[in-house]
Amino acid sequence: MENMDSVEFSRYLTMLTLSVHVIFATVGVGVPLFIMLAHWLGLKKNDPHYLLMAKRWARGYVISVAVGVVTGTAIALQLALLWPRFMEFAGQLVALPLFMETFAFFFEAIFLGIYLYTWNRFKNPKHHFYLLAPVVIGGAMSALFITSVNAFMNTPQGFVLLNGELTNIQPLLAMFNPAMPTKVAHVLTSAYMTSAFVLASIAAFHMMRGNRHEYHRKALSLTMKVGFIFCIATALVGDLSGKFLAEYQPEKLAAAEWHFETEGEAPLVLFGILTETNEVKYGIKIPYALSFLVHNNFSGVVTGLNDIPEEYHPPYIVHYFFDIMVSIGIGLTVLSMIYLLALKFKWKFIKTKMFRYSLVASGPLAMLAIQAGWWFTELGRQPWIMRGFMTTAEGATDSPYVWVMFIAFAVLYFILLAGTAIVLTRMFKNNPVEKELEKSAEQGRDAV
Amino acid sequence: MTIEILGISVLWLFLFGYVIVASIDFGAGFFNASTIVTRKHHIVNSVIQRYLSPVWEITNVFLVFFFIGMIGFFPQTAYYFGTVLLIPISISIILLALRGSYYAFSTYGTKGHFGYTLMYGVTGVLIPASLTTALIVSQGGFIREMPSGRIDLDYVALFTSPFAWSIVVLSLVSVLFISASFLAYYSSVAEDWKALKLFKKYTWIWSFPTIITAVGIIIEMKWHNPSHFEGLVSLWWLFALSFVSFLVSLWFLKKGQYGWSFIYVVLQFAIAFYAYGVSRYPYLLYPYLTIYDGFTNETMAYALIAVFILGLMLLIPSLYLVFKLFIMNKPYIKKGKV
Repeated sequence: MENMDSVEFSRYLTMLTLSVHVIFATVGVGVPLFIMLAHWLGLKKNDPHYLLMAKRWARGYVISVAVGVVTGTAIALQLALLWPRFMEFAGQLVALPLFMETFAFFFEAIFLGIYLYTWNRFKNPKHHFYLLAPVVIGGAMSALFITSVNAFMNTPQGFVLLNGELTNIQPLLAMFNPAMPTKVAHVLTSAYMTSAFVLASIAAFHMMRGNRHEYHRKALSLTMKVGFIFCIATALVGDLSGKFLAEYQPEKLAAAEWHFETEGEAPLVLFGILTETNEVKYGIKIPYALSFLVHNNFSGVVTGLNDIPEEYHPPYIVHYFFDIMVSIGIGLTVLSMIYLLALKFKWKFIKTKMFRYSLVASGPLAMLAIQAGWWFTELGRQPWIMRGFMTTAEGATDSPYVWVMFIAFAVLYFILLAGTAIVLTRMFKNNPVEKELEKSAEQGRDAV
Repeated sequence: MTIEILGISVLWLFLFGYVIVASIDFGAGFFNASTIVTRKHHIVNSVIQRYLSPVWEITNVFLVFFFIGMIGFFPQTAYYFGTVLLIPISISIILLALRGSYYAFSTYGTKGHFGYTLMYGVTGVLIPASLTTALIVSQGGFIREMPSGRIDLDYVALFTSPFAWSIVVLSLVSVLFISASFLAYYSSVAEDWKALKLFKKYTWIWSFPTIITAVGIIIEMKWHNPSHFEGLVSLWWLFALSFVSFLVSLWFLKKGQYGWSFIYVVLQFAIAFYAYGVSRYPYLLYPYLTIYDGFTNETMAYALIAVFILGLMLLIPSLYLVFKLFIMNKPYIKKGKV
């Protein structure tokens, strides 16, 4: 019984840490791309607005990176503290990507530090700009490696388990497991997409407040354009992920769709509630759509939960997380598309308050979709910690103190989140764009 | 050399790297806060901020590096240390997080908050103490086996052990010693004479307690773990060499050659650190785990070493760049004088 509680609390604490970390990690992977774009546009067009944009984004970014570093350190150590048996086992299989992730992160940290503290220190401004490349690449690489570890937990391979002994270990095969390509692609595209909307909603916020400065308009149009591209990319990869699930983790897809009977011409169910007899009420059924999603034809057979032993069913609640993720994704795609069309055809309604509200909401919504997506994928592989090999209960610590640590970390994360919010608002509120542009114009050069 | 020894040597190198850079960081935090209390803050503040802001993340990565490498090369340590150290390491994580948020909120964000700076100073002392628990436990003698087969940290034994406390004291005083020595050097490059004078004084103050506790621990080991004590004694010449480096560093300090003085401090710790490491061979966690029975499969070991070499080829030039730009770069360092 004592052990059972530890399992539950280990799960909660891991969930808590990762949910906080993923906010900063997503921004951490995505935003450097936008800093780089703005910096590049600034140099190319010789436009101080874009240069300032790069500088201001970088300044806000470093706050989130700092918090990301500490939550990242926390999850790295918690892996062994909360899941010692799992790490003992998996350490022999996935140490390679874990190790490579720290290299990528190291690389990123070094160059980010240099970039931030060397504005105006290079004679050729391009040299300073080039420093961003390792930051962008390092961020993407560390997302790639760490996601491959998560993918391994979903589709373990690259070893043979013989009477409890691991043999024939192939680290590269473990790293490039079936779940890896779609997972990595989805993580990257959605991180860029989310960061685009987060930055867009900041610009939209200023415009909603009545700020007519060109700087904000440029920021909004840049982020929305790039955001739209990554919306499309995310959706395409999401579709591939669905097909992947159907083949390798049918129970996860079936739970996401509340799909109980194995059948052809399977409908896609959106929203609704589940009755005690496992029937879906009030849902929106799109006929044939699930079959099409899985097989690219309308009559393909989709495995249902009834064909999977009940002890391996994921919690059915994942349906809601899946719905949230997909609806927000579609909503943001439509939003950014409308915005781009409106820009092109000079439609007036994008200046209405209503539309600007939705632009402001886009960033937080995208972040919500990220959370929902991760909750879906992680809860969706319950009861396994390593699908097919080790259950969550077998991997957890048996220390009875996990609940104390849960409370301590909850307090810590509250401080971190509140602090980040306060510092970021204060930082930009007291130092508006107009003031900074004036200042740099006065000095005839950029001041950090 | 067997691959196990290669593996542990690599990890020991990371740990040593962390010990040095983290000591500078922790000590700086302590000096930063304590000079507020003694009203000398304006003297040291800019030197400390100038150096630490661009590099603090790198410091953190060293720790993660060591830790991930440990699990990679010696996966069984995840089970033993993970289970036993849940509370002490969680405390370290929380303190490290608060410390990191100091950079996020006070350094990069709005300018310092008095209470937060004090907290930053306090964590500089508490983190070495809580992290040292891992080292103490690995010495053996602090793990309890429960009737249910579960293993747990024996807190009573830990908190009442003079041996454990001596190691904590050693970690604290060496943190302050290493940090003061580096900051003295850094302020001499910055030509910040006031700061230099202060840090020079701190270096003298913390140098002797470091040596005294270190010697004390070696003697205590005789009762705590006799076989390890013999290991230490058989390497007496290395410890003697470390002591000579210590004397040389003080001599350079007196001469005003602060760069050389710091190099000899690092050398002193490097020799002692490696000698200590060798003396505990082959145990990772006495007496449960040696480097041989906790070692990962051979394929993974070679893969890790290959990646390690490739990674170093990337890291060394990058670190050199950081060094050029922030540590050896006079205009940068001096700009901090306000």
